[in-house]
Amino acid sequence: MTDVVRTGFRPSRIAIYGVLLLACLVYLIPLIIMLITSFKTPLDIRTGNLLALPTDWTVVGWTKAWSEACTGVQCNGVSGYFWNSFKMTVPAVLISTLLGAFNGYVLSKWKFKGSDLLFGMLLFGCFVPFQVVLLPMAATLGKLGLANTTTGLVLVHVIYGVAFTTLFFRNYYVAIPDALIKAARLDGAGFFTIFFRILLPLSTPIFMVSLIWQFTQIWNDFLFGVVFASGDSQPITVALNNLVNTSTGVKEYNVDMAAAMIAALPTLVVYIVAGKYFIRGLTAGSVKG
Amino acid sequence: MEHIQRRPAGVARASSGLMDGLQRWLPKLVVAPTFVLVGIGIYGYMLWTGVLSFTSSSFLPSYDFIGLGQYAKLMESERWLVASKNLAIFGGLFIVSCLLIGVALAIFLDQRIRQEGAIRTIYLYPMALSMIVTGTVWRWILNPRLGLEKLMHDWGWTSFSFDWLVDSDLAIYTIVMAAVWQASGFVMALFLAGLRGVDSSIIRAARVDGASLPVIYCRIILPSLRPVFFSSVMVLAHIAIKSFDLVMAMTAGGPGYSTDLPAVFMYSHTFTRGQMGLGSASAMLMLGAILALLVPYLYSELREKRHD
Amino acid sequence: MKQCKRHLTALAVSAILLPASAVKAGEVEVLHWWTAGGEARAAAALKEMMEKQGHSWKDFAVAGGGGEAAMTVLKTRAVSGNPPAAAQIKGLDIREWAELGFLTNLDSVADSENWDRLIPPMISDVMKYEGEYVAVPVNVHRVNWLWVNPEVMEDAGVEIPATLEEFFEVADTLKAEGYIPLAHGGQPWQDATVFDAVALAELGPDDYRKAFVDHDMDVINSEKMETVFSQFARVMSYVDEDAAGRDWNTATGMVIRGEAAMQIMGDWAKGEFSAADLTPGEDYLCAPAPGTEGQFTFNVDSFAMFSLTEEDDIKAQKDLARTILEPEFQTLFNQNKGSIPVRTDMDMGDFDTCAQASMETFRSSAEDGGLVPSFSHGLATTSYIQGQIFDVVTNFVNDRNPDPAKTTDQLAAAIQSAL
Repeated sequence: MTDVVRTGFRPSRIAIYGVLLLACLVYLIPLIIMLITSFKTPLDIRTGNLLALPTDWTVVGWTKAWSEACTGVQCNGVSGYFWNSFKMTVPAVLISTLLGAFNGYVLSKWKFKGSDLLFGMLLFGCFVPFQVVLLPMAATLGKLGLANTTTGLVLVHVIYGVAFTTLFFRNYYVAIPDALIKAARLDGAGFFTIFFRILLPLSTPIFMVSLIWQFTQIWNDFLFGVVFASGDSQPITVALNNLVNTSTGVKEYNVDMAAAMIAALPTLVVYIVAGKYFIRGLTAGSVKG
Repeated sequence: MEHIQRRPAGVARASSGLMDGLQRWLPKLVVAPTFVLVGIGIYGYMLWTGVLSFTSSSFLPSYDFIGLGQYAKLMESERWLVASKNLAIFGGLFIVSCLLIGVALAIFLDQRIRQEGAIRTIYLYPMALSMIVTGTVWRWILNPRLGLEKLMHDWGWTSFSFDWLVDSDLAIYTIVMAAVWQASGFVMALFLAGLRGVDSSIIRAARVDGASLPVIYCRIILPSLRPVFFSSVMVLAHIAIKSFDLVMAMTAGGPGYSTDLPAVFMYSHTFTRGQMGLGSASAMLMLGAILALLVPYLYSELREKRHD
Repeated sequence: MKQCKRHLTALAVSAILLPASAVKAGEVEVLHWWTAGGEARAAAALKEMMEKQGHSWKDFAVAGGGGEAAMTVLKTRAVSGNPPAAAQIKGLDIREWAELGFLTNLDSVADSENWDRLIPPMISDVMKYEGEYVAVPVNVHRVNWLWVNPEVMEDAGVEIPATLEEFFEVADTLKAEGYIPLAHGGQPWQDATVFDAVALAELGPDDYRKAFVDHDMDVINSEKMETVFSQFARVMSYVDEDAAGRDWNTATGMVIRGEAAMQIMGDWAKGEFSAADLTPGEDYLCAPAPGTEGQFTFNVDSFAMFSLTEEDDIKAQKDLARTILEPEFQTLFNQNKGSIPVRTDMDMGDFDTCAQASMETFRSSAEDGGLVPSFSHGLATTSYIQGQIFDVVTNFVNDRNPDPAKTTDQLAAAIQSAL
């Protein structure tokens, strides 16, 4: 595309840049507010306005949120929960992505009777509101002896994440010529050989998409975390909720905002560092259906 | 590939009887765990919810069947009507606005922009935040006493007024705003990726024929991005249905219950008010509506592709 | 393995605290939503008391929505067959849990500690299911309080209103002076809290009980109820326009800073005033909500105890129940939370004037029938009917053209459909 569209007239270029920069501002303002608020003192927040820079910069909000703020009877901040989130997110993301890769491979290259119907059913599964499944899921986990364990939570995230990862991989693999697979089969390559030798080396972009998407979804989840994790293994979103929803006392918005930033940091870093691969992965085929 | 070719052909043939059987079953075996999990975790539980919607379950599940009573109750409930109407407003506006803004930004960003990578990241980052964080921040910004309105007053524009968040007729639109802020960048990324994949020779040909740039976009490029529209709508519909967290963080359904959504209604009746039967009935209606809207769309899109 | 590790930690803790005792340690897992300020301090004190007795405390805090999130968690935990030892459950919900067979019998503790003598019958009834104790009350809140900033009142030259009519006069003057007469947060439970007070003032305790406890349609669908709604609308007209969605403590902050003159709220509001280093009776005043002098709408926090299997854990659970009602914890907790002890034999000397007044009204109203359970806080009716009333009330508040007659019909229909 870019090589076709010639640089236009000056005024239209200015208009384009104007629109883009204005949009940047709109997208950035909430983040800026969160950031500057987290560095303010409570007094500053009450007296100053939303966009004013802190009169004196302080990291009290951050240190307090990390290691001192109370989230129940313990006042150790959100640091412990931060690591809990990693313990839950990493296996869940890896398992659901791997399952999605294999499913996508089968549903695009090894179609069998009814596989399209199965895919359709899987897609519909993306739209079930999670609130509906809480109670039956709890009963099932209880029977399996997985209630309130990290394993149980990982399982839940895998089940409700695999629809999307399958969608990603299936659409990506559909775009890879069938001839490639057929040739390999004629050469005697089996199911796994084809996957590991032919498709996997081509799959880096879509793996990035799936990993980023799943990481964001699972890291940010609150509902499953609060319901299916027990007290000492709760994820950071639950701790953030406990911190922000104070029922009494002076609200320390700087601590709230710092805690929100801490909770959002890993996903933000992923988007900023790996966002390039995300776009590249989407370009590479997942959007072509 | 090389490895496969070098493999002695005899080995593969020798064990072919057993291997063939295995090979035929292997794909199914590989997807089986997923479909068992999803079959139970989504369809099994949906069925269970369906069964409960015909019972008088109150505090916890019970199996005392009362027919369609819960559905009748639901139809009489004014709050349910508000919630359904809100989902239509919210879902419709959210999806359409995200598509419009996403397409526009993608096209603008596709004009050889300096610092494209940075701008792209700025548009995309809201997607990384959880809806709870988004809701909390926007609630703050839109609060008349703390946010935008105060800011404008501080800057001397004292007649400025923006109190949609506390107006029961307009509050639902503030939720649309926050949701669009969060997801439109993602749609932009999808379309930008799509634009980069468009075959440039087609456009060159159109230029030669004297078509102007807007015409090329409207007539040639965008129609060719139909699969991107499909993916975007899928993702957006998914977000719209799950925006429970956003509503809870921004308005908790208020003022009154003017920003109630079916998911909030279902949640509060099932878990807070001990009306599991009614909650289940609302969940079933919600699923029914999704089914009625999405299945034809999924079907037509997926079938279309097979014809290609 | 995990179990074993828990026991080891518990033992280690008890070994440090009580080197001499050889008590076998149990564990109590406690679900609560006391995550901030004085409440959290009080919960931490309870934890410490339990650890001193050689038990370990597994904290299970879920904040938000007045326990809404916590109830969801509790339900899923119970369904998965893995409930905590104790959970913060209130009012009629206790009966529902007991009916489903989840709760354990606490009569052995109750008998040895003489709970029946310590706790007023009106409250112990709520804690019992079929005559057996299944829950422990923690405190008594009075809901029908009016919180007042005396400086603002003085500036406007008005007195604290004793009746609703006086309230309207006072509020008009305050408005003319440029103050917000009534600080309020537009959340359904806060709307209901004010409605609760207005209903008590207009109906009186007997009809209040008939309407919200017995659901007598003759009272619910009556002209009296219409008057309640029209008076309620008048009260709400003195709230500023930006109230929607505001937290109750933000509203209290407006009274503290002198932007608003009064707030109708339960005595947990005191926590906000104390956090701002204000003294009751001087920097801020507490008075009965207009028209409810001598009457007492009570709200009781309580812990329901779930059936457990481990012997040691049951021991720990019983110790928890006992500790909650001991004078030491009652004093500490209630001073932090703003409520009054649930034991009537306590010395109120260490409490502030508002708490002393509260205790006095509590005792006298229990005698003369002015003591009523608060419907807005789940003590009078099931969560379903309560929710139905909330919907009608909050819709009325947010209606541009509120119609008391129509709303009375709606209220009757809503309650009828939930019976």
